[in-house]
Formats: sequence, C-alpha cells, structure tokens
Amino acid sequence: MNLRYALLVNGAVHEVEDAWLGESLLNVLRDRLDLPGTKNACEEGECGSCSVKVDGTLVCSCLVLAASAVGSAVETVEAQEHDGALSAVQAAFVDEGAVQCGFCTPGLVMAVDDLLDRSPTPTDLEIREAISGNLCRCTGYGRVIAAIRVAARQRSDTGD
Amino acid sequence: MTETVAPVGTSAPPRIGTSVPRPDGVPKVRGRFAFGSDLWADDALFGRTVRSPHAAARIRSVDIGPALTVPGVYAVLVADDVPGESHYGLDRADQPVFASEVIRYQGEAVAAVAADHPETARRAAAAVEVDYDLLEPVVDAEAAVSAEPLHPFGNVFREMVIRHGDGQAHGEVVVEGIYEVGMQDQAFMGPESGMAIPTEDGGIDLFVSTQWLHSDRDQVAACLGLPLEKVRLTLAGVGGAFGAREDLSLHVHASLLALHTGRPVRMSYTRVESFVGHVHRHPARMHYRHEADRAGRLVRVDARLLFDGGAYQSSSAAVLGNASCFAAGPYLVPNAVIDGKVVRTNNPPCGAMRGFGAVQTGFAVEAQMDKLAAALDLDPVELRLRNALKPGDELLTGQVITGTAPVAEVIRACADHPLPPPAGEDVLDRPGGAGLTADPGDVRRGVGFAVGFKNLMFSEGFDDYSTASCRLENGVVTVKSACAEVGQGFVTLVRQIVHEVLGVDDVVLAPVDTDIGSAGSTSASRQTWMSGGAVQAACEAVKRRIDEGATGFIEEEVTFRHAATAPLDGDGQGDAHVSFAFAAHRAVVDVDPELGLVRVVDMTTAQDVGRVLNPLQVVGQIEGGTLQGVGLAVMEEMKLSGGQVLNPTFTDYLIPTALDAPEVRVAALIEEPEPGAPFGAKGVGEPPTLSSTPAVAAAIRAATGRELPRVPIRPEDICL
Repeated sequence: MNLRYALLVNGAVHEVEDAWLGESLLNVLRDRLDLPGTKNACEEGECGSCSVKVDGTLVCSCLVLAASAVGSAVETVEAQEHDGALSAVQAAFVDEGAVQCGFCTPGLVMAVDDLLDRSPTPTDLEIREAISGNLCRCTGYGRVIAAIRVAARQRSDTGD
Repeated sequence: MTETVAPVGTSAPPRIGTSVPRPDGVPKVRGRFAFGSDLWADDALFGRTVRSPHAAARIRSVDIGPALTVPGVYAVLVADDVPGESHYGLDRADQPVFASEVIRYQGEAVAAVAADHPETARRAAAAVEVDYDLLEPVVDAEAAVSAEPLHPFGNVFREMVIRHGDGQAHGEVVVEGIYEVGMQDQAFMGPESGMAIPTEDGGIDLFVSTQWLHSDRDQVAACLGLPLEKVRLTLAGVGGAFGAREDLSLHVHASLLALHTGRPVRMSYTRVESFVGHVHRHPARMHYRHEADRAGRLVRVDARLLFDGGAYQSSSAAVLGNASCFAAGPYLVPNAVIDGKVVRTNNPPCGAMRGFGAVQTGFAVEAQMDKLAAALDLDPVELRLRNALKPGDELLTGQVITGTAPVAEVIRACADHPLPPPAGEDVLDRPGGAGLTADPGDVRRGVGFAVGFKNLMFSEGFDDYSTASCRLENGVVTVKSACAEVGQGFVTLVRQIVHEVLGVDDVVLAPVDTDIGSAGSTSASRQTWMSGGAVQAACEAVKRRIDEGATGFIEEEVTFRHAATAPLDGDGQGDAHVSFAFAAHRAVVDVDPELGLVRVVDMTTAQDVGRVLNPLQVVGQIEGGTLQGVGLAVMEEMKLSGGQVLNPTFTDYLIPTALDAPEVRVAALIEEPEPGAPFGAKGVGEPPTLSSTPAVAAAIRAATGRELPRVPIRPEDICL
C-alpha cells in the first residue's frame, strides 16, 4: 500500500510521495528526503549508527516506521551545525581524533548531544553508558571519550 | 599520552610529527561524507544477491521465472549471463561469480536481481527458485585434508615447511600445548556497498568501498569480458575495512546488472549478508613444543599449524606464510621445525584480517612462553627479555634483521608502566556490570603480558609498489593516488608530507580511482610506507623541478617500491620480508571465576613505530587495534554448525561496546627510525592486534589458574 504523508524534519516540512508504508524512518530520510547523514550499519537496532531524535527522544531510526513519525519533530545529524559552524560536539570529534572511518560518527554525535542535554557534566561511566549503544569498530572509543569530555567542557563554558 | 596527542587544530601548519586533524573529519561529523551506501543516481536500480542457504549442495536447477514476474524487476542474472571469466579470486580464480553446479558455503551467490525498490529486489531474490541436492558438508579442517576434493583445485591451499638450524638440537626444559583460535569477523560498520554505472562505450564505471582498486578492477574486467580500459573503479567512502574488503564482494554482480539493464545499479549488503559476504579471520588449531635450556634461553620450537581457509582460497596462502614465519614470536630461536597447512572446507571463506596470520600463532606462542616461564620458575617478562630479538638476529626463515627491532625496549616500557588502581565501587566496574551478578568478594584480578610482531608490506617476492602524482599549479598542490582511505588517515598524512616537502598547505586530493597506476592494497600496515613514500617522492620530484627553475604548471608522477623480497625456499628459508614491527601489551582483568565473567580493566601497551608522524592517528590505531584484540580474547566468534553461521548479526556476534572497552594506556611509542622507510616511520595498524589477545588470555589464566588454550574465552571455559 502506497501513500503520501508529511514529515517534520530539522524544522522543515517534507512531503513524502508514493511511499511504501513499510519503509523505516532511516530509509525515508536517506533515500527520499536526501538526508544520508543518518547511517545504515545494521538496520536492526543494535549499532546506533542511525540515531536521530524524535520529539527530543534519541531513537534508532531503523526501528521507527517513517509513517509513524507523522506529527512528530524529527532531528538528524544534518541539524547539528548552526549556519555552517560545527557544534561543540562535532568540533571536538574532529580535533580529538574521534573520527576514523566515520561511519558510526553521525549516530555518536546525536547520542552525545542527547547525553550532554541530559547531563551537562557527565562522569566517565555516564559517558560510557550513554554511548554503549553506538558501536564503533575503528577507535576503541578512547578518542571518542576524550572528545566527549572536551565537548562537555566547551558546552558548559559557552552555555551552549 | 594526553600531552603528545594534544590536537593542533585545523589552523596550525600540518607538520610531520604533530596531531594534525584529518581533513575528512569535518564532512564526516556533518553527515556529508559520501560512503558507498550513500551513492545515488536519478534512475538507479537496486541490486540484490540470491544466496544459498546451504553450505554444501549440488544445484539441480535454477528457475528465475517467478522472480521475473515480480512487478518492478528489471533483471535476474545467473552464471550463464557472465560474459567473461566465470571465476575470480585474489590469489587464484577459484570462486564462481555465480554458483551453477556446486554450493561450497552458506551464503554463496547463485543469482542477482535488479529492481526499482530495495524491497522489490528483496522479494524478487526470494522468488528465485533453486533446487538443491544437499551434500554432507566438510567442516573439519583435519578431515578436509584427506576428504574428496571439494573443488577441482583440491583441498589444500598451501603447505608450509620451515626447517631452521639443527634438527637434532634439544633443550632440557620442554613445554607443549595445543591451542585454538575461533573465527573472528572484521565487523566494520559500513556494509559492502557501491554503484555501477554503464558507460556509453559499453564499459562500466564502478564506485565501490574497497581496499585495493586495481586488484578489483582486474578481476571485474576479466569477469565482464571487457578490456581494462573499459572498467574504471572509483573509491566510494569506506566505512572501515580491516582486511574484509581486500576481496571482491558485490563488484561483478552490480556491474553485470548495470550492463544488462543499461541503468545505474546500487547495491548495499544487509548486516546478515555482510557477515556471509566477506572473508573472515582463519580459525586455527596449533600444536606447539618449546624447548629451552635451564637459563631460560630458547633452544628449539616445533609447531604444527592447521588453518581452516573455508570454501575459497582468497589470501589463505599468504596468511599461512605469515603465520609460519612468525610462529615463534619475536624471540631468537636457533632451531625450529614448523609445518603448516591451510585447507578448503565448507565453512565460510577466510582471508585477510588485521594481523594476518600472526594473530593466531601469536596467541599460541605467547601462551607457550608463559608455560615455559612457569616451568623455569622465571618471571614471564624476564623470560621474554632474555630471548628478545634484536638487530642482527636471525629469524626462523634465516633472514637477518637489518632494520630496527626494539623488542626489549617495548617490553620494558610496557612492563615498567604503573599498574591501574584497584576496582572502584561502581557496579559497572565489576565483571557483568549492571547485571549486578558478580559478588565483589569473589572477583579476582589477573595480570598478563604478551609481545607480538609481524612483517610490514607484502612479502615473499611480491612486486609491491605504489604510484602517485603531484601537481603544483597556482600555489595549489594536487596529489593523486589510488591509495584507499579506509579510516586509517592517509588523507591526513598526504597534507603533512606536502607541507614537509613543498611547504604548501593548500592541498587537494584528487579522486581516488584507476586513472592512475596502482597504490597496492590498504593492508599489511603498508600505506604509510608505500603510498606515503610515493607521495613524498612525487613531491620531491616537483621540488627538484622548482630548484631547476621551472615555473607555472609542474607535474611529476612516481612509482615507489620497497626493497625487493625473495620467495622462501623448500626449507622455508629466504629474505622474504622487508621490515618488522613489534608491540607489547600488559592486560589487567577482573574475573568472577564462579560465573565466568571477565572485565578487561586496563590495557597498557608500548609499540615500535619507527617515527611518529601523527601522534593522534597513531594512538587511534593503537586503541582501535587493541580493542579488536580484546574482542577476540573474550567476545568475538562466528559460531558455526555444519557450515552454517549461527550468529550473523550484531545481536549475536558481539563486538566490544564503550562499556566493554578497557582504558588503553600507551606507555611508550618507541621511535627508532627505520632505514629505507619514508621519514623512518613504520606502519602502526596491525601490531596492536598481535599482543593484546594473548595478554588478555594470560591475565585471565593468572586470575583463574585455568589453562584456557582457546580464544575467545567464554564464560563456560572459566566456570565449568
């Protein structure tokens, strides 16, 4: 069954035309709305690379039917920067060496943004717990955790 | 390490030896970096592979009729549709593009479908009717040696023999053991993906995530029956590799579908497909006997190695070569008898994975060194120091080490580093974590130590080279190389080299494609040396032209080779390798022996790096490689039954999360510039995987008193 619906993504309304009802939010973002920043590493909710926010809640977009997000506000990695300037989290990831292949990076950026919203000065264990749903195969998480500490300091310094 | 990895930021000059941030970091954090799965064309179709659910079967018939009737399907292709060579392979063309008669492993491709929607392609693939006559799979490597041939090329990919020194020499102290390593998966995050576009001249433009563009191109062209110049490969963004992208995956299938339909075809594997769609680390069974004198000097090592190569050859021969050459570890062993075999079975095909053969034997030989230390009543670190290789020493292959070999240095630096504090109060510090299962009173701490080494670059006489060009125009340097950036940071190094040689910071990296000569594979810890060397040489050639008075547009292309190596002779003797890199790890674990739960608390390491070109990237390689070794030690195994992969998902094949990851502390990066290496730098990617696994295993042995001769070490191995 195909239909048409509208999604509110990163503050803009996107019409989704002639879509199969079974498409996940991940697929619709990537293939229909030209927002491929959200990544597709497992498509079964295990790796966190497709993390987005739906009404402010961090979710795996592969586990959400796109049509069920009608009426919700969806936020993706593409909305993390402001007027082309990297967010504190994004800048820290680049500077601290938290990016290697980068496939898990957009999902991690979303998870860390969510963590620092909830807990602006997280402990080490809070950091590890918060990103434990985001698999990374390159970094061993060392530089990722270093970047999160830097981003937390940066955000509390600037009140971001 | 926090001091040495201090980021320099994007505005600082990209000097060699500083933590220059990677230039692709910004698009990657913005979500704007195009990986293979992000490629898109207006009229693109979606490809899907039809795979055998069986590990061993004869194909009675394939009926594509039902798939062709699915609305939205544009093509369904089988073996008869392959216009060129029917088989391909990295080393030897033994794997069919599509199986037509025999199925040799679960997941083998039988057909491919192109459709207008991924879901349509999935349904059409399911509608292809294949009639299988099931066979009894051969899944035991020992049995495969004498079993009926599973393939016209036979069941033994390679036999290795090393006879070194005096076969009659013996030592007073003898230890023996049988060791096993399970099948590890590279488990990169970005699935196999790419897009094939038919060109007007009847050729193909293939954008694909790979490690080695030119090897791919040659195999694809042969299978398509096209001349090389009609097949052009371009690197699509790579979401990690670790060896698994050295072989072809969807390349030929996507290209055939595109040629057949006249439309671009996108393909991206699902995670389940990825687990069966690429090669894995070879499972191994290894029988060792060490003999030493009373003073703790090694006299002799005997080893019998049996590696399971799975259904097709891939790089099995070279993997066994490495496993054998480095079978005795980074120690001076005057006499050795090594016999190795790697065989064909109906298990999933195995090939390259970070560490490449030296991981398996490294696990076994380090366990042996600990046994020997116990038999001699010597400290395990002291035993290793007494036997550590040094420059001028002979390897098992008779090759004399002419470069650097700071083995004692990495051992001392690692062993002397302060131990971590005792476990904290938080439940997440305990084995089992938030499961709240471990009673703190039962938890025992163990410390283990290991050393590892392997070769850098390709060995045994392989013509190993890299081509690069450097163009200077209007103050902008454009570098072109077919070196695959897979996450390791070659793109950063290019900026650093251009700055160092030409003093120019406005650097463009041209598209990575087959329009230039090969850069070889991004594997074997070779690209810093090989393609780094090619870029350095090309920049220096431009600099000479400037010094000679040239102005305006200057372009130079250079092909760089490392010193030639030789094949091994019948006794496994010869100067087969160029250079070696060494690493040591000390693991600290907390174990609940009753429940079999392990928490890896701390991994301290020291590594021989030649020279640090980018501290941040070196530490990134060490931390990542160390954790992959920890994964092999306590978590990661492709579970097989009758050739079937039982756990092809991230739900069941567990890789370490941030909560599983220990603190990795770099005690020292030993900088002894390697002669012949550009800037004196050694590759750093693989050594961390060599010593981390055996160090963790040793630490768990220390905590439990168990022998634990197999990795991964499972809870039941500890508590039952």
